[in-house]
Amino acid sequence: MAGKSSKVIDTSGVLVEANVQLVDYLIIAPILIPIIFGAILLMMRRSDEWTKSGVNLSAYVACFGIALMTLASFALLLRVNAQGPITMTMGRWLPPFGISFSVDKLGALLTFVGSFVALMGAIYSTADAKVIDRRFGFYPFLLLMMAGVSGAFLTGDIFNLYVWFEVLLISSFGLIVLGSEKKQLDGTMKYAFLNLVATTMFLIATGYLYGLLGTLNMADIAMKLQNYDGDGPVRTIAVLYIAAFSMKAAAFPLNFWLPASYHTPRIVVSALFAGLLTKVGIYSLLRVAVMLFSFEREFLSIGIAWLAGATMLVGVLGALAQNDIRRILGYLVISGIGTMLAGIYVATVPGLSGVIVYTVHSMLTMTALYLVAGMIGKISGSFDLREVGGLYAVSPMLSAVFFVLCLAIAGLPLTSGFWGKFILVKATLEVEGAQWLALIILVSGFLTTIAIFRIWIFAFWRGGPSGTPDGKENYQNNILDDKYKLTASLVIGVLTGAILLIGFMPEWLLSYSADAAQSLLFPNDYIESVFGKEAL
Amino acid sequence: METALSILSGLFFIVSIYLLLSKYVIRVLLGVALLGNAVNLLIFTAGRLTREVPPIIPSHLDVPAVATANPLPQALILTAIVISFSFFAFLLVLSFRAYQDLKSDDTETLRFAEPKNEPTPPLGY
Amino acid sequence: MNTLIFRTFAPFITGLMVVFSIFILLRGHNEPGGGFIGGLIAASAFAIYGIANGVPPVRRAIYFHPHSIAGFGLLLAALAGIPSMVAGVPYLTALWTYPVIGNVEVALSTPLFFDIGVYLVVVGAITGIALSLEERHRG
Repeated sequence: MAGKSSKVIDTSGVLVEANVQLVDYLIIAPILIPIIFGAILLMMRRSDEWTKSGVNLSAYVACFGIALMTLASFALLLRVNAQGPITMTMGRWLPPFGISFSVDKLGALLTFVGSFVALMGAIYSTADAKVIDRRFGFYPFLLLMMAGVSGAFLTGDIFNLYVWFEVLLISSFGLIVLGSEKKQLDGTMKYAFLNLVATTMFLIATGYLYGLLGTLNMADIAMKLQNYDGDGPVRTIAVLYIAAFSMKAAAFPLNFWLPASYHTPRIVVSALFAGLLTKVGIYSLLRVAVMLFSFEREFLSIGIAWLAGATMLVGVLGALAQNDIRRILGYLVISGIGTMLAGIYVATVPGLSGVIVYTVHSMLTMTALYLVAGMIGKISGSFDLREVGGLYAVSPMLSAVFFVLCLAIAGLPLTSGFWGKFILVKATLEVEGAQWLALIILVSGFLTTIAIFRIWIFAFWRGGPSGTPDGKENYQNNILDDKYKLTASLVIGVLTGAILLIGFMPEWLLSYSADAAQSLLFPNDYIESVFGKEAL
Repeated sequence: METALSILSGLFFIVSIYLLLSKYVIRVLLGVALLGNAVNLLIFTAGRLTREVPPIIPSHLDVPAVATANPLPQALILTAIVISFSFFAFLLVLSFRAYQDLKSDDTETLRFAEPKNEPTPPLGY
Repeated sequence: MNTLIFRTFAPFITGLMVVFSIFILLRGHNEPGGGFIGGLIAASAFAIYGIANGVPPVRRAIYFHPHSIAGFGLLLAALAGIPSMVAGVPYLTALWTYPVIGNVEVALSTPLFFDIGVYLVVVGAITGIALSLEERHRG
């Protein structure tokens, strides 16, 4: 690019000529908004000294930013629902040369639910995060992690997916180590090293894929793999991708990092990690194993089925063997991941729509459960099953809410969890020779019921902790301050309300996720949105 | 040339996996550093090698006159280097901090988050 | 490391390296260089100053906290794509303008601001890491 005197070059073959409407910027708004607000918050690290009254300015800015992001992703969801997949290619270079951001129904839905969950977490943290956490960057890391999460959901380029993975990972490192207690340092080590190996595996697979096909655009990869014969290298790549993403999603046998680390940080951090991060792994599995490597499914499926069954059982059995409420929840996250993998194994329209419904359910439920666990910990001063008790007397409302959440995670009716499991079991039963997997889903659901209701019985139902006579004598719970109580109740109430809403009125979500599953299996409209009609 | 680089990259992987399997954090760190280089070499090789033809378009032409080296793997590697560099920096600080606070870099004794011999959860109340 | 010669020369080396890093940043569009490498040079300049004179003088010299510098750079880089929105082209499309300031044609573009943003992100992040490591080493 010399001066303006340079001659005119015909660029119609390399640049996007179509005019971009303002509304198309919705595609990148859920990424751009958190980046901008995260950057502003990075500069505001001493804002609590600016205002004398101790008004927590950066918390409000962060909540405003995430609220804006949620609105933008909701608008994007409506637009994708009306129009089908939309694409914008950065820097005006024609795809596959420019980096495309392609939003289909799956990506739009998960972006919206993800930012909604993050909004709830941010509001909860206004009453919970300590000043020291704010100084060391809780909010900037949160916003940048959200940029990584929505970037991963929205991108249409596989190397770019890797980059967003790293963005969310490095911010999650910052979040998980915040506070630097001994336990946290230890947990972070395991979390950081294992996730690093997982993303490196992802990068290796991407390197091979590029060497094989010479492209990184997902729509382009999907097209080229449809006509590709000779499956040796493709299988290697597919297996590497599945290993990398199932490690990220904490599937068996690479699940050990999750229960080693998720109970160490601040409770709101645990809640957001449990709600968002493993789901990014599931999303990438859907995108790569189902959409890109669809024709390898026959070869891969039996392995995924075994992984799914083992993950479900290991998760729920681990949950039964724990004392710490947060660690029980950590193992239940793993068990939920197994349930989603079962749907990925089935890979029919009902099976995948079950995965999508279950993912949405799991994002809402796991976040809510961790936040309730935070309240339990605040009231009784401990997360240990042996040392909690008598909470029904303290707050009947909280125990009712926790009861609903127990129903949700166990997959019992009235809640969103029921519909996800129902569709998944039904879809699995329809597959020849996979009845055993449906049985495992049901068994793990039953064991989850035992594990989660044990928390309810110990923390809420009985009169006091182990050792006190059951008539709650001499047993005193902490009194919460009003601001925390109000904020936490609001957040947990809204999340539980959303879970019940899906439980009672699942029609819209079910039909939407069926459409999303359809376009994952037959990504023609996705490819069309990137390359136009003539490419097909 | 590709063959030689493939073998070299394989050697890098061997060494880094051996180091990653060690129970001392400092060796794992070295393994991580080598792993990043192994992957970069792999991407570089996967993008095919062309010698001595930089991908630069002469000023009087619109497109390059001859087949040039592929610039994309280099861009990918640059990104990967930056990322693995920042990861390595974070892990270095973290391990150093953990070594100072926990007084150990042996993963067998790093059991603060998951203590050994936890009692079984209550079976009844 | 803390010899008299080193301590005397460190400020000059630091100043020279910062100027050189800006030169590298600005020539980056058409020739080797750019925000990332420029930022690394500037960050190592601050690290040298820190080794010679201790960390507190560096923190005083750069005035802003390294994280704030990185944050500003990130903001600048993200905003550098916004003009494309007005021009009706995809995000991050390069837009050029050639204002003449005092008989000199100055080529201004959105990639320039993006690159300055990258420069500041790298300076902030790397300086932050280097300074905290140096502090820990001494304390």
